[in-house]
Amino acid sequence: MTNEIRVPVNSDTDIVEARRLGRMLASKLGFSSSDLAMIATAISELARNIVVYARGGEIILKLVEDQSRRGIVVIAADRGPGIVDVARALQVGYSTSGSLGLGLPGTRRLMDEFEIASVVGKGTTVTVKKWVA
Amino acid sequence: MADVPILKQGSYLIASIQSMLTDTDLLTLRNKLVEQVGRLRSRGVIIDVTVLDVMDSFAARTLRDTAHMVKLRGAQTVIVGIQPEVALAMVQLGLTLEGVATTLDLEEGLSYLNRSTREMA
Repeated sequence: MTNEIRVPVNSDTDIVEARRLGRMLASKLGFSSSDLAMIATAISELARNIVVYARGGEIILKLVEDQSRRGIVVIAADRGPGIVDVARALQVGYSTSGSLGLGLPGTRRLMDEFEIASVVGKGTTVTVKKWVA
Repeated sequence: MADVPILKQGSYLIASIQSMLTDTDLLTLRNKLVEQVGRLRSRGVIIDVTVLDVMDSFAARTLRDTAHMVKLRGAQTVIVGIQPEVALAMVQLGLTLEGVATTLDLEEGLSYLNRSTREMA
């Protein structure tokens, strides 16, 4: 079993698979059940954005070590339309917008680190990390 | 594709989620419940999510829509069994399930329906 898994994300069944694999990989590091739920939820949101907005992409799951701590990195990458106003997307969460939006602020709160790179017409890559407490 | 068993208990329907559901499975569940409420003349619906280890935005939205659609057909919905770590993740993500009744478990859900359908009668 490697420490890196690539999951192609094209349909709603892939969302469940990405979640399942993410949880399985993260559980190797001894995350609490709360942390595992948060990681799986973040993966679900990111994977769904790929399916709904980009019509396809992939999620890369990696276990990493940084000096004394260990954690999981989730990279959600697509070649979709890109986000026109990233700053705004980072402000609009589910509690503010009802059912619209990408849920990025919430996804950011679920994880310890959050990075987003998006180019209109090229695609979006969201990278999130969670460290074992 | 996971099929969610829906049991009829008197004038209530109890849907017990058994495994991880895809978006399509959730929509199927929603449509089945809305249809069966009419066909079986149910006054209440319980959706048991004890087994769900993740409640994401799509699941929350679909459960909320289910409750609203079922209400339009004259029945009350209760979501039961949200697990502690799922509740935590939901709040972090900003999902409140506002407007939808929730109880701790199936037993509490049945009590809730008994009380609220008695008031409605």
